[in-house]
Amino acid sequence: MSASEHRSPLHQSRSHESALLHVTGAAHYVDDLPEPPGLLHCHIVASDIAHGRLLKVDVERARQVPGVHAVLTSTDVPGDNNIGPIQHDEPLFAEGTVRFAGHAIALVVGDSIAACRKAADLVVVLAEPLHPILSIEEALAKGSFHLDPHVIARGDLVGAFAAAHLVVEAEVASGGQDHFYLETHAAMAVPSDDGALHIYSSTQHPTEIQKMAAHVLGVGAHRIVCSVPRVGGGFGGKESQASNYGAFVALASHVTGRPTKLRLNREEDMAWTGKRHPFLSQYRAAFDKDGRILGFEVTITSDGGFVTDLSGPVLDRALFHLDNAYFIPATKFLGRVAHTNLPSNTAFRGFGGPQGIVVVEDAMERAAHRLGLPPEELRRRNYYGPEPRNTAPYGQLISDPRVSAMHDRLVDEAELEIRRAEIEAYNAGSRFNKRGIGLQPLKFGISFTKSLLNQAGSLVLVYADGTVQLNHGGTEMGQGLHTKMQAVAADALGVGIDDVRVMHTATDKVPNTSPTAASSGSDLNGAAVADACATIRGRMEPIARKVLGVENEAPLTWVDGRVVGPDLESCTFAEVANRCWVEQVSLSSTGYYRTPGIAYDHAKGRGTPFFYFAYGVAITEVEVCGLTGEARMRRVDILHDVGSSLVPSIDIGQIEGGFIQGIGWLTDEEVLFWEDGRARTVGPSTYKVPSIGDVPIDFRVQMLDRAPQPGVIGGSKAVGEPPFMLAISVLSALKDAIKAYGENEVELAIPATPEAILRAVEAQRAE
Amino acid sequence: MLRFELNGRPIEVADTSPNTTLLEWLRASRPASEGRGDRLTGTKEGCAEGDCGACTVVILDDRAPGGARYRSVNSCLLLLPMVHGRRLFTVEGIGTTRNPHPVQTAMVDALGSQCGYCTPGFVMSLFEATYRDDLDDDWKVDDQLCGNLCRCTGYRPIRDAAKSVAGSCPDDIFRAALEAPSTVAESLDYSGAGERFVAPTTLEAATRLLAEKPEARLICGATDLGLDVTKKHVRFPLLLSTEHISELQGITEDDFGFSIGAAVTLTDLEDWSAHSLPMLHRMLRYFGARQIKHRGTIGGNLCNASPIGDIAPVLLALDARMLISSEAGTRSVPIADFYLAYRSTALGEGELLSRVEIPRPPANTRTGAYKVSRRRELDISAVSAGMLVELDTEGTITRARLGFGGMAATPQRASATEAALVGQPWNEATAKAAGVHLDADFSPMTDHRGTDWYRRTVARNLLVGFAGETRERNFVPLPFGHAGTVVEETR
Ligand SMILES: Cc1cc2nc3c(=O)[nH]c(=O)nc-3n(C[C@H](O)[C@H](O)[C@H](O)COP(=O)(O)OP(=O)(O)OC[C@H]3O[C@@H](n4cnc5c(N)ncnc54)[C@H](O)[C@@H]3O)c2cc1C
Ligand code: FES
Ligand code: FES
Repeated sequence: MSASEHRSPLHQSRSHESALLHVTGAAHYVDDLPEPPGLLHCHIVASDIAHGRLLKVDVERARQVPGVHAVLTSTDVPGDNNIGPIQHDEPLFAEGTVRFAGHAIALVVGDSIAACRKAADLVVVLAEPLHPILSIEEALAKGSFHLDPHVIARGDLVGAFAAAHLVVEAEVASGGQDHFYLETHAAMAVPSDDGALHIYSSTQHPTEIQKMAAHVLGVGAHRIVCSVPRVGGGFGGKESQASNYGAFVALASHVTGRPTKLRLNREEDMAWTGKRHPFLSQYRAAFDKDGRILGFEVTITSDGGFVTDLSGPVLDRALFHLDNAYFIPATKFLGRVAHTNLPSNTAFRGFGGPQGIVVVEDAMERAAHRLGLPPEELRRRNYYGPEPRNTAPYGQLISDPRVSAMHDRLVDEAELEIRRAEIEAYNAGSRFNKRGIGLQPLKFGISFTKSLLNQAGSLVLVYADGTVQLNHGGTEMGQGLHTKMQAVAADALGVGIDDVRVMHTATDKVPNTSPTAASSGSDLNGAAVADACATIRGRMEPIARKVLGVENEAPLTWVDGRVVGPDLESCTFAEVANRCWVEQVSLSSTGYYRTPGIAYDHAKGRGTPFFYFAYGVAITEVEVCGLTGEARMRRVDILHDVGSSLVPSIDIGQIEGGFIQGIGWLTDEEVLFWEDGRARTVGPSTYKVPSIGDVPIDFRVQMLDRAPQPGVIGGSKAVGEPPFMLAISVLSALKDAIKAYGENEVELAIPATPEAILRAVEAQRAE
Repeated sequence: MLRFELNGRPIEVADTSPNTTLLEWLRASRPASEGRGDRLTGTKEGCAEGDCGACTVVILDDRAPGGARYRSVNSCLLLLPMVHGRRLFTVEGIGTTRNPHPVQTAMVDALGSQCGYCTPGFVMSLFEATYRDDLDDDWKVDDQLCGNLCRCTGYRPIRDAAKSVAGSCPDDIFRAALEAPSTVAESLDYSGAGERFVAPTTLEAATRLLAEKPEARLICGATDLGLDVTKKHVRFPLLLSTEHISELQGITEDDFGFSIGAAVTLTDLEDWSAHSLPMLHRMLRYFGARQIKHRGTIGGNLCNASPIGDIAPVLLALDARMLISSEAGTRSVPIADFYLAYRSTALGEGELLSRVEIPRPPANTRTGAYKVSRRRELDISAVSAGMLVELDTEGTITRARLGFGGMAATPQRASATEAALVGQPWNEATAKAAGVHLDADFSPMTDHRGTDWYRRTVARNLLVGFAGETRERNFVPLPFGHAGTVVEETR
């Protein structure tokens, strides 16, 4: 490693860029920002029925409440009341009908929340109830769908089943998941002297807020600026769904001419916003006698909720991951989105990937049981490999399948064989409690499945004293994007980390941004940042040579705030910057990047939707209590492929955090509704995300080393979503433990709550 | 007028409604006359129901048994008058970006924050941990932090940060504050915005007020009643706090048994019971979280009369008696007769619970306590149980007491099952056979915490597990890292 590489901030572990602000309480989230004088508060009046015809909405008495400045409904929208990220099919305020319990009917704007609540109680809503569709099953029965079906098919399915030694058929249901970001949705709008608006939003997609606010007000995008101080957790829940709240405050400020703020409390947030899509899938899988999968026919249906939102691309990604890490010669995958009267389900870490992968893993588990093979061995036999086992069902070449080697390495390092024997011995001596172990491989496609979103911009400003302001299109929501971008810019310019200040994301700095989602934040924005920095450094080079007094082509090294010539003559970056200013050389630049070579033909179900794939393997050991169904992870080993990590400490955090979030989805988190469609789990008292005691006692995470990914910034790989799916190892481990109570094939529901586990255990004991 | 100390500065509050939570007050714009700056936004709201810990602040508890201690509490469930006379710390008060507290540095170094929204709450729980000298076991570190949720990190780095600071007790102003002379509780009668909060120090004053104003709502730790304020937006016109009534404090023991004041916090109860009443200790191990136990009281738990309250099943098994006081005097009611119907108790108008008396279990008993919930930590039970069998020298059951929560509209004993146990040898076969009678004792309901099938099955299995655990031993504590509620020694 050369001296310059050594001192580059890239590939070095460091703390989160805002950590000191977080730990001292100094970090501002939207609701913490200083409140401008005259600030008004907003409160939403929402439907409490899931489906109905609106007969009357009377806000007159509510408007009379002291301290109330406005009570707004659909008729107060100057522009278009219909929003929605892809299809504009979502009425911001219910109009004519209400379509889910939580649909906004009116917005109260007042001096205080208390005054707004009083007024809200006086809003008269008369609605004629209509029959609500509240489950995927009912939507299927009634043919209630969003969008057209999406089909991905290849190979000779009929032949595959004819040749099969074993056919496995089953249905897999996976549940919703509330994002439970610790910071609920919040937005504040502040009018400027010309009536244009600045919206502060807790969003993953400031451009969408800008667009939707302009759309609702019927003004040009240039009249709105959206900025994001920081986001207290997003996980997909603030990709499209923050738009409503941005639009509400925009409207409230537009009407009252005053600054306005809206923050959902936890109950409102959980009741009204969309979640991870529940899926219901039926499959038929053909295996040969060695456990190789020959054919896989799957129908998946997601619950889209009352409008499409992002259900289309979520469904696509679920279909794209029905193969997980396995080569399947013949497939027919069909996906549909059910149209129900529930909150509109949306992006959530993994974006359909987890829901697709649990289906093929169910087939693997069952086939292993029936063939008498250890499930990890059956999985191993099915991995992608060299030609001809190297094309995905949609035709993309899997050029560098890393999973097989990673599997072998982790099995070895985690001592899977030895531990299997130990577990058997333990189980033989234990009546109530049993242990089990399971392995989960992962291949996850990186890129937005909506291809045009794979672009990003940046704006880098170098000041004459050599310090730098960095603007990029991504939002910081805990994933460490700003920390990584700071390192990328410091490396690309050759300055110290502390000389780069990452600015709040704002649409007046970088326009037309994509959401910070699909794990793409650092790939896309990193390349755009590097691009801007390269432009600026290109302009600075000749000046630097002048300062150093070296010849024109002399190679320079830019590192840690110094510029070094061929004979080790050096000056500071600041000297060069100042000299540029003196010599009238521009020190600022935008940067831009778009991912090359990706395209997908939806109608044909073929193409190259992904730039590359991320890989991982996890081995999880659990202990189950056969009397109560309680379970605990004893040990987890993860080997994950992040390419050459931009900032390793940040990536470890993404792996651990994603894994534990996945454990929540698969075990204790269960989104429930009342029979009439109202949300039932609306707080952490009834909706149980993992707490510290759910973390494995022994948690070993490592990243694949020396594995740079060609064509990606710093040779790194996206890491936000993939580790989530490694949590599926817990299902394999639980089933392994449950098998120790009997001989039957294990039927374990998702989420595997203590009750679900106890049912599976009791079913083993029954025979 | 309310007076307290916030981050070392004296604060005076007048005419703010006593139904204001500390969290609301901290985050709201305030007049400079109160002695603090504008909004203190470091403390976050994540749920306003005591379940996420984002709002955690620390109170210096001068009156803790064994000397002053820091106590993390949920500011979302603390009514402002409850901090009267207290010293209080928020995340802004323990360190700054220039001069961070060691726990803040530890969190930075461990990458314990990602989005950072949960972080101030964790920092305050860790602050308490720093000055605790009893975090000597892994499970205690988890227990210290289980009232704080983090959706980003997966907790491992926070656990690491916790282990690096727990018990370090640096020689600083905070340690010095712990050694400062303790304050004496003074009575409070505060009114603001037309609402009143009274905190007397004697039973006499309390029962007199209760006789005069039967509509007064009793309150102690507010970990139950506070939810009415934060979730249902109730404004209580008159609150009568039992927190400082001297007759409701403290725990005494003699040869016959124990007497526990209704205002004893669950933390103090947990610490005490570790040696004196291990059965109760085992129940408290997975009860709420640190912040809840620091404020919640035994009296509040019992009088809240929730069918899923966790202490009543244990006390049912122990034949506890409830001492009920009013202006007229004090009467004693067996706990089995205390619960009348769903959320209804034997407390009459003008009465309050003053103490709980528990007879000492005879030497030849086997005891167990079980709490089964979806998530192990900080969750409400699907089923909870206190179990006791008394054996003769032959190992035959002479007396059985099975108290259950989550199985009926009130905490209740399983009388038919108890009867079936008596006269039988104590073993798993007996437990299995007797367990059939649980179906006669209970017809539990189905809700989001579990179906009736689950509750019945778990109740039956717990009885078998109890026999399995205590066949050879009187009592088994819960080890760290164990899968379930029932402990099994493997062969
Ligand atoms: C996040 C969270 C987790 C929890 N976890 C658990 C758990 O695991 N298990 C469990 O059982 N409970 C749990 N609880 C409930 C609660 O914490 C306990 O019931 C606690 O013991 C209540 O005590 P308190 O002093 O806070 O009661 P308060 O809220 O002050 O009062 C509760 C009720 O009792 C009445 N009351 C209080 N004192 C007296 C008295 N002396 N005489 C007559 N009436 C009185 C009040 O009027 C009120 O109706 C939890 C609560 C929260 C918010
Ligand atoms: S805000 Fe969640 S515990 Fe107080
Ligand atoms: S860091 Fe985001 S919730 Fe903990």
